[in-house]
Amino acid sequence: MERTTIDLWVGIFAAAGAAAIFGLAMKVGNLTTTSIGETYAVTAAFENIGGLKPRAPVKSAGVVVGRVDGIEFDSTNYEAKVTLKLDKRYPFPKDTFASIYTAGLLGEQYVGLDAGGDTNSLKAGDKIMHTQDAVVLEKMISQFLYNKASETKSPETTQSKVSE
Amino acid sequence: MTDNIVEINNLSFGYKGRLLHKGINMSFARGKVIAIMGGSGSGKTTLLRLIGGQLKPVHGEVRVDGDVVHEQDRDGIYRLRRKMGMLFQMGALFTDLSVFENVAFPIREHTNLPESMIRDLVMMKLQAVGLRGAHKLKATELSGGMARRVALARAVALDPAIIMYDEPFAGLDPISMGVICNLIRSLNDALGATSIVVTHDVKETFSFVDYVYFVSQGVVVAEGTPDELRKSDLPFVHQFVHGEADGPVPFHYPAPDYKRDMLRGHDV
Amino acid sequence: MYKSVIGLLQGIGHRLVDRLWRFGSGARFFFYVLIYSGESFRRLHLTIREIYFTGVMSLIIILVSAFFVGMVLALQGYNTLQRYGSSEAIGVLVALSLVRELGPVVTALLFAGRAGTAITAEIGLMKATEQLSAMEMMAVSPIARVVAPRFWAGVISMPLLAALFSMVGVLGGYLVAVPLIGVDNGAFWSQMQANVDFRADIVNGIIKSCVFGVACTMIALFEGYDAPPTAEGVSRATTRTVVNSSLAVLGLDFVMTSFMIG
Repeated sequence: MERTTIDLWVGIFAAAGAAAIFGLAMKVGNLTTTSIGETYAVTAAFENIGGLKPRAPVKSAGVVVGRVDGIEFDSTNYEAKVTLKLDKRYPFPKDTFASIYTAGLLGEQYVGLDAGGDTNSLKAGDKIMHTQDAVVLEKMISQFLYNKASETKSPETTQSKVSE
Repeated sequence: MTDNIVEINNLSFGYKGRLLHKGINMSFARGKVIAIMGGSGSGKTTLLRLIGGQLKPVHGEVRVDGDVVHEQDRDGIYRLRRKMGMLFQMGALFTDLSVFENVAFPIREHTNLPESMIRDLVMMKLQAVGLRGAHKLKATELSGGMARRVALARAVALDPAIIMYDEPFAGLDPISMGVICNLIRSLNDALGATSIVVTHDVKETFSFVDYVYFVSQGVVVAEGTPDELRKSDLPFVHQFVHGEADGPVPFHYPAPDYKRDMLRGHDV
Repeated sequence: MYKSVIGLLQGIGHRLVDRLWRFGSGARFFFYVLIYSGESFRRLHLTIREIYFTGVMSLIIILVSAFFVGMVLALQGYNTLQRYGSSEAIGVLVALSLVRELGPVVTALLFAGRAGTAITAEIGLMKATEQLSAMEMMAVSPIARVVAPRFWAGVISMPLLAALFSMVGVLGGYLVAVPLIGVDNGAFWSQMQANVDFRADIVNGIIKSCVFGVACTMIALFEGYDAPPTAEGVSRATTRTVVNSSLAVLGLDFVMTSFMIG
């Protein structure tokens, strides 16, 4: 079959289109940054998850080590049950702290893991026992106002402990 | 094998309750050139479409080589059409292809012949119509007469048994007309085919056809050889053959009385 | 007065029924095209030829438009973002707008205007000059030989064009944001990469453009095939192609976006 100029141009077009899709995936999207490796799932219970959404990052020491997989409501304890998928490369000790932080001042919320000292590691299906809830802005403001009000009464400031 | 390659038996056809054809009977013998003539709008072109299976009759039948056309399934109709070649009114060449590609089209679609053979066949057909030198031209670069001839070459590319012509002389100059007349006759005789020519051009047609059918008001009003029809006394045939302005086909479109219309109801 | 109201209602009803009828016959046409598509792939050169005429020939308008759209997005976006101190999110803004919406939709609208009208006019004229009839009489199905290759060419070209649109748009946005305005190069790309998800955004964008490809090409082909075989008929058909394609694209966009955002 004869090769014509038309074939050349169509080949160039198809190659350029494929390159564009590839470029979008690599440079524009997060294909390179999402870990496509194997993961193991652990759960954590929070009294308040704030604005945490599925697929939010799970970070430790600032590095993404996993993703939030699912969020459910536990009606026996009236808590939020969050499933975390962690990269198999990173084992965490059983007494790890899981807290919900906010990226920047008003940014997206993510789960931060602080490693404990236990020699045993979390296995798939385990539950993280130590959790810290998200900071809810309204509670913080009302606390601040309460502190301000009590400050005018007595000079000592009362530090409120965030409950476990 | 019957003597008639195409037979039209008691054919009726129409749209939405209005019948265009009311009981037409025609037969087309092998090897002959037959003309179908009649006034504009008498349904001549529609007859070609009925033979080709593009339309289905309301009553009656069309038989091609013994098979009833409208009873065929899709493959059957395509099989019948491969025996036919049709020349459309303005040529209907494929505008995005060259002359060569246009004539090669049916060969490529229906056979698996190698390129060298296709080239030989196309050149032979173009030679027969006198346009072998023009094979590189694009279809859009041709004059009307040349386009018609290329379309003719394409219609006979597969050596069909039936060749149909839809108003082949429309809009042609006298020289081109003479060329087409000669081609219709010579191709028909060379291929041993049957040619059906739909036209209203009396002078040119009578010079080379074997038989003529006259169609008017949905029926065949007259038939015969050109000589017989020239001598005919039938009013319609007479009006048609001699080009008279008024006769069975009236000059005036139906209208109310002339005097009353002009005076617009005033008393005379 | 009474009669004119009745007349108006009759007219609307008549037009509505007519539209429904056409839609039905368009759907039937769509199925015929799918059924007769075998030939478009067995004789690939037919489809490749049509990809050239619909896809390659639309490249210039798509790429130039993409470039300008990307640049405008960056300009307008920066204007608003810097008011909230979030000017580093400009990359995210440009990329998400393009990949999710503007890429597929604007490409589809431009495609309908350029390639769609060309297809409609070509097929309408082929019908008017009896070329399609001639093909039928030569025992070649015009739908298999003429219509189906153009359909698949449109469906293949559209996602490629949309991807090229998004890519060039991002580049245009980059050129305005980083060298011109002075947003940080690293922040531009890293924020974008962190917030544009391959599956949710890019793949959805490609799915959208495939659907638009089917819709626009089908409408263009049907209007051409159904056009009355006169000069006026063909010109009205090309207008209808643009109008109907645009409406279909925007409507389908809404439907698909509402599925995809959930």
